[in-house]
Amino acid sequence: MSLTILNALVAVVAAIAFAALNAAYLVWAERRGAGRIQRRPGPNVNGPLGLLQPPCDGVKLMAKQLMIPGGADKALFMVAPVLAMAPAIMSFVTIPFSDTIVAHSMNIGVLMIFAFASLGGMAILFAGWGSRNKYGVMASVRAVSQNISYEVPMLITVITVVMMTGTMDLKGLVAAQAGGFWNWNLMPSLSSPLMPVSFLIFFICALAETNRAPFDLGEAESELVAGFHTEYGSMGFGLFFMGEYANIVIGASLITILFLGGWDCPLGLFPGVWWFLFKIYVLIFSFIWIRWTFPRTTIYGLLNLSWKILIPISLFNLLLTAGLLKVF
Amino acid sequence: MGAYFSEIFLGLKSLVIGLIITFKEFFKPVVTVPYPYKTIKMSEKYRGHIELIEDEEGNPKCISCGACQRACPSGCISLASKSVEYEAMVKGEMKTKKKKVLTKYDLNFTTCSLCGQCVENCNFGAVTFSKDYNLASDRKEDFHFDLLKRLKERNS
Amino acid sequence: MSGPIHIRSDETFTLNVGPQHPATHGVLRVKMEMDGEYIVKAETVLGYIHRMHELMGENRTYPQVLPNLSRLDYLGALGYTHGHVLAVERAAGIEVPERAEYIRAITVELNRIASHLFWFGAFVMDLGGFTPLMYAIEDREHILDLLEAVTGSRLTYCYYRFGGLYNDVDDDFIAATKAVIPRLRKSLKKYDALVTGNIIFEKRLKDIGPISAEMCRKYGATGPVARGSGIDFDVRKNEPYSVYPEFDFDVPVYHECDSLARYKVRMDEMEQSLRIIEQGIEKLPDGPIMPKKKPKLIKPPKGDYYQAVETARGSFGIRIVSDGTKNAYRFKLRSPTYSNMHMFDEACVGMMIMDALAMMGSLDLVIPEIDR
Repeated sequence: MSLTILNALVAVVAAIAFAALNAAYLVWAERRGAGRIQRRPGPNVNGPLGLLQPPCDGVKLMAKQLMIPGGADKALFMVAPVLAMAPAIMSFVTIPFSDTIVAHSMNIGVLMIFAFASLGGMAILFAGWGSRNKYGVMASVRAVSQNISYEVPMLITVITVVMMTGTMDLKGLVAAQAGGFWNWNLMPSLSSPLMPVSFLIFFICALAETNRAPFDLGEAESELVAGFHTEYGSMGFGLFFMGEYANIVIGASLITILFLGGWDCPLGLFPGVWWFLFKIYVLIFSFIWIRWTFPRTTIYGLLNLSWKILIPISLFNLLLTAGLLKVF
Repeated sequence: MGAYFSEIFLGLKSLVIGLIITFKEFFKPVVTVPYPYKTIKMSEKYRGHIELIEDEEGNPKCISCGACQRACPSGCISLASKSVEYEAMVKGEMKTKKKKVLTKYDLNFTTCSLCGQCVENCNFGAVTFSKDYNLASDRKEDFHFDLLKRLKERNS
Repeated sequence: MSGPIHIRSDETFTLNVGPQHPATHGVLRVKMEMDGEYIVKAETVLGYIHRMHELMGENRTYPQVLPNLSRLDYLGALGYTHGHVLAVERAAGIEVPERAEYIRAITVELNRIASHLFWFGAFVMDLGGFTPLMYAIEDREHILDLLEAVTGSRLTYCYYRFGGLYNDVDDDFIAATKAVIPRLRKSLKKYDALVTGNIIFEKRLKDIGPISAEMCRKYGATGPVARGSGIDFDVRKNEPYSVYPEFDFDVPVYHECDSLARYKVRMDEMEQSLRIIEQGIEKLPDGPIMPKKKPKLIKPPKGDYYQAVETARGSFGIRIVSDGTKNAYRFKLRSPTYSNMHMFDEACVGMMIMDALAMMGSLDLVIPEIDR
């Protein structure tokens, strides 16, 4: 009895440690990647290859003075960064890294992850409203409408995949795609010929849900100074930052599990946790690549993309898959 | 209906072209020079702050006429000189003559705009631009140059 | 979805796009009354960087004012110095040798390309794409290296003198310029593919920020802003000065009046400047760079002299009223961005703030030039 509690505790702590380490070192990867795309080195002064940059940044952020603007709603102001970071880290508990490595597997894993992701939208609203700053309110209003609009096509696509597989358990979703890349959900199959389109829709929605460019209106640096985290210095800003990167890792893991076969090897030979990690990091590289190439969309362009393009296409795909599943 | 899909398709194509360009730039070498581990050679005509030029004996060529001081738009040059008597052969007999010797030549670099009027208006070629660019400090006094002292330090 | 809408004016709040803001390219304050994200009224407040250049022109002799002109618009400094030098030469009746005029034209066009490259990078950065800024600055470094080898400075050149130039150019400069031109052409093609053709960028700028030709005439706008609205006016062609009649180049004019048109005008202008530089290098004559008889003290006869030049931002005019002494009596600078910027107040009513700031970027404001 106590051994299983100990097991569970170790597993949860390990998941949280993986999340935190990733969030910290993804900053390093993004800055180096952005630097190379822009033909400059990126951080290379602190430590070899700049690897000590995240700890130095963390120490700097913790040493800064925590300022709360006068007249701000103290409770909301302090809760918002924690609310941004905590659900992202909690979602790591369900994600299976391989056949045997999972902190706590649930049979409604997908639902749980999306439930936690919706809490992130609330954090943005608290941050913007609680800072008593017009720029913050405008940015958080934009970000919340963006979050809500892009959850819909994401969930419709997930329903399509779950319908094809028949289970909401993350391990079951991966097991249904075992055996080489022709079995992955990415490939069009008889019961669902538009699967690559679904993959693209889910990819775009993941970019939009995590507030990454080209959909980063919430933190539009050149228009609204810093968006919803204008008034946050020191660790509040640090928590928002790390929460965003943890969300990115979760987004990449979800794409891998739902469409790219999880820990499956492309040729079906040696499945394992290294394939899972390789796929996540390729996807994260593409997130970074896209961020540093494209400018920002406008708010109505963003909402038009979701409501007028993504939702009709994903609904059509859902109906098509439902119909074809009955036949094949 | 056709316009709807063609817009989506052409839009995606332009995005992919942009991604390919940045991907190619990812593999090109880095342009930044890692200063201060490596420095770049300054061009010959680079304009740093002015310096005095000396003649063959090591004395400054400046005869303290004040043309540079009058020409400067910002008033950053200040000179002082003293009269000195010396003996010279004139028509076969020794006579005492007077000449001016430079005692102070200060440049206040905090107001200098590097326009070059001082260098151009000097008829004796006594000042020129230096190549000093590494001038960072946190005290104003470091930028009040005593050019006569710098000349002596360069010669010794 | 981007045209003006009917707004109830009792539910507005005031947003201060203050002097410290990443988007305003200098110290510009815009007091905006907003209804949600739509602008109801905007008022630009200037004067945060007024440095009294016109008064300095009255208190100093003519050669002593030369460094001031570069500090007006530091990105396109040589164009402004050119205007000043031409005005004083017209006033004092100084002849300029031909080689000096050709070198002046070549360096002004190089500076125009450098200014447009920096505008391009900063504009796309305003819209959210950070990478083209780095590419543009790297290209600009090559031009600045060329100009540093000749003049000695990289940003605030004090290179022209009354009657000619300070330094001569040598063969190294000519060879290096010939090497830079194909490199810049390749970069312009890269920017076309990366930025101009991008659908996100196009949706950001097409039909955004319309400024009609009548509004341009009302406010006296010149330069790429007016040429993006269909007004075909370029001081180099309509009121020719210096050695420009000898060059064969086009003036790009677009009639759509939106931000994308103004963007395209500037990108095409860079290509035309490259043409001028090529022709200048071909036709460069030999000879002196300063006239033989140069007056020691410049005291123009009494009168009122005006000279307009085409800088990267529009038509810059300089008016010198002389009363026969060695200081000017009145030294008036007509800054092109002052007229261009006030169109923002009227044109941005009813737009969303993102589009208004995109329009402000396309007007190419450099605030120190407005406040002088």
